[in-house]
Amino acid sequence: MAKTLAEKVWDAHVVRKGDGEGANAQPDLLFIDLHLVHEVTSPQAFEGLRLAGRQLRRPDLTIATEDHNTPTLAIDKPIADPTSRTQIETLRNNCKEFGVRLHSLGDAEQGIVHVVGPQLGLTQPGMTVVCGDSHTSTHGAFGALAMGIGTSEVEHVMATQTLSLKPFKTMAINVEGTLRPGVSAKDIILAVIAKIGTGGGQGYVLEYRGSAIRALSMEARMTICNMSIEAGARAGMVAPDQTTYDYMQGRPHAPQGADWDAAVEYWNTLRTDDDATFDAEVNLDADTLEPFVTWGTNPGQGVSLSENVPSPADFGDENAKAAAERALQYMGLEAGTPMKDIRVDTVFLGSCTNSRMEDLRAAADVIRGRTKDPAIRMLVVPGSARVRLEAEAEGLDKVFTDFGAEWRFAGCSMCLGMNPDQLEVGERCASTSNRNFEGRQGKGGRTHLVSPVVAAATAVRGTLSSPSDLEPVTEAAGQHVGAA
Amino acid sequence: MEKFTTHTGIGVPLRQSNVDTDQIIPAVYLKRITRTGFEDALFSAWRKDPAFILNQEPFNAGSVLVAGPDFGTGSSREHAVWALKDYGFKAVLSSRFADIFRGNSGKQGLLAAEVAQDDIELIWKVLENAPGTEVKVDLVSKTVECGNVVAPFEIDDYTRWRLLEGLDDIGLTLQHEEDITAYEATRPAFKPTTLPAKLS
Repeated sequence: MAKTLAEKVWDAHVVRKGDGEGANAQPDLLFIDLHLVHEVTSPQAFEGLRLAGRQLRRPDLTIATEDHNTPTLAIDKPIADPTSRTQIETLRNNCKEFGVRLHSLGDAEQGIVHVVGPQLGLTQPGMTVVCGDSHTSTHGAFGALAMGIGTSEVEHVMATQTLSLKPFKTMAINVEGTLRPGVSAKDIILAVIAKIGTGGGQGYVLEYRGSAIRALSMEARMTICNMSIEAGARAGMVAPDQTTYDYMQGRPHAPQGADWDAAVEYWNTLRTDDDATFDAEVNLDADTLEPFVTWGTNPGQGVSLSENVPSPADFGDENAKAAAERALQYMGLEAGTPMKDIRVDTVFLGSCTNSRMEDLRAAADVIRGRTKDPAIRMLVVPGSARVRLEAEAEGLDKVFTDFGAEWRFAGCSMCLGMNPDQLEVGERCASTSNRNFEGRQGKGGRTHLVSPVVAAATAVRGTLSSPSDLEPVTEAAGQHVGAA
Repeated sequence: MEKFTTHTGIGVPLRQSNVDTDQIIPAVYLKRITRTGFEDALFSAWRKDPAFILNQEPFNAGSVLVAGPDFGTGSSREHAVWALKDYGFKAVLSSRFADIFRGNSGKQGLLAAEVAQDDIELIWKVLENAPGTEVKVDLVSKTVECGNVVAPFEIDDYTRWRLLEGLDDIGLTLQHEEDITAYEATRPAFKPTTLPAKLS
């Protein structure tokens, strides 16, 4: 029978098929290949194991890192916030007790869990990957079935290395065409979410397909899969191809020698069959896509950067209308204002969505030779300690600090402000992260989700901007050309 | 887990769509390492507003939350379910739940009942016209009752069965441990392990 990619990966992991058929079927029991752990959603799960006298079944398929609470300054000093410190220390103790590999603050492999897994080569095509974090969908970029789980499920995976799941429906997101300069993966996914809504993907696994997806690098594919959850989908996937294999080869945990050949042979089967059908299909035109930004308080409330803030009257549905009214009030925005006139206070370049080398390079290319708007605070937070080291080896840290941005240590940082990196009440931020929820980046903070190059251009001009809004820079002197 | 068959309690109309888990419980409360004691964290930003529904009597004593569509979107934090339960909620009604939230609710004995939006609107009206009206949620018959409104709700059969029986998920799975062991023996050699650690 013809199968989609998601169905192939699912079927390869069924430990036990649920009894019954159709709507009355019990869930399947799926084997989990990789369990990623961090400090926030694991303490209660470890405690549950202890209370029940259970073992961690597969420490060799489990890896932990510290990311949500970690400071991005002075990481050699004890964590100042006692509750954050306790949570980190609890993770360290739990990992020691249960034999889990942990990359702690200060370690070269520490960082955001969804940056660390792929970087070590632990995320591979055709695997099942879970983590107590909704952005686990990131790993789907490799053709893995990767999803976020709650703490009860974290405990379940720890005890059994399996999850009970009902099969998902499948949705194809077809993105055909060629992206224009200044338009990136982030714009694709923001446009997809605006199109299908925050609930549009509920119950589905998304498969991103089409020429525009095939042309993307692995890091760009990760950006797209990362935000599948913002469309309500628990997982998003891209079929593996040569781009995937080139990224994987030589990474510490990638297969080697004969194992590599066997793996590639298997990975080559991980494509949706030509005659397979999806339960739903959505099409997006890459050729006409523009830089995309959010104006509201959920990731579906977005428009092209060249458009205006919408009016609640633009929405037919009563709930959407009420949500828009509430969002405009929270965001302090007037309907009809050009998005490019919106002035921001802070620019955040980071998060599991956009904190990898390519993201940093793309932003650095925009700001090199330019001057930051003096009123703007800009934080650059690499996704992992390894990314930070690589960026420094390329001199990107210097580009950012010369520009006037703050070059920080790795972690989740201002994406959710569990560490000291937070917005003040009323402060407005252009952020490369994934959620513009009320208070997400700090109580009363206002978030506009943007791509790395829009973040960089915004830091130059002070208002939401794309690189095409900037005056050209001469390569050699770093001088502005034109309206001098 | 406690068995859930029926529950009757004061209904709380929350006329809002896209109530994300950052609103249900802001990240600052996620630093705790316990599984209980999150009642103060529930909707903590919104509760600072005296006009918020949970600051009104008799809604502050509510136990059935009646919310707009797309409830529980965003973060996977199970703390959102713990906070609702610790506050005293036994059931949440919405026309659409985010997948992870619904899964977490099922694990923790909080009933996430999917009710058609038209029925939600009718229940909202009853609760707003007569604050303090109780909502009866019956998991056996899969119906909710509020004033003169009687409406069916959806919940998947497996979760319903587990809630009715009060069954522990891990215990259920470990009944099939032989199947897990058999599967593990077939896992291809090229698949990675985290141990021994290999570094760049």
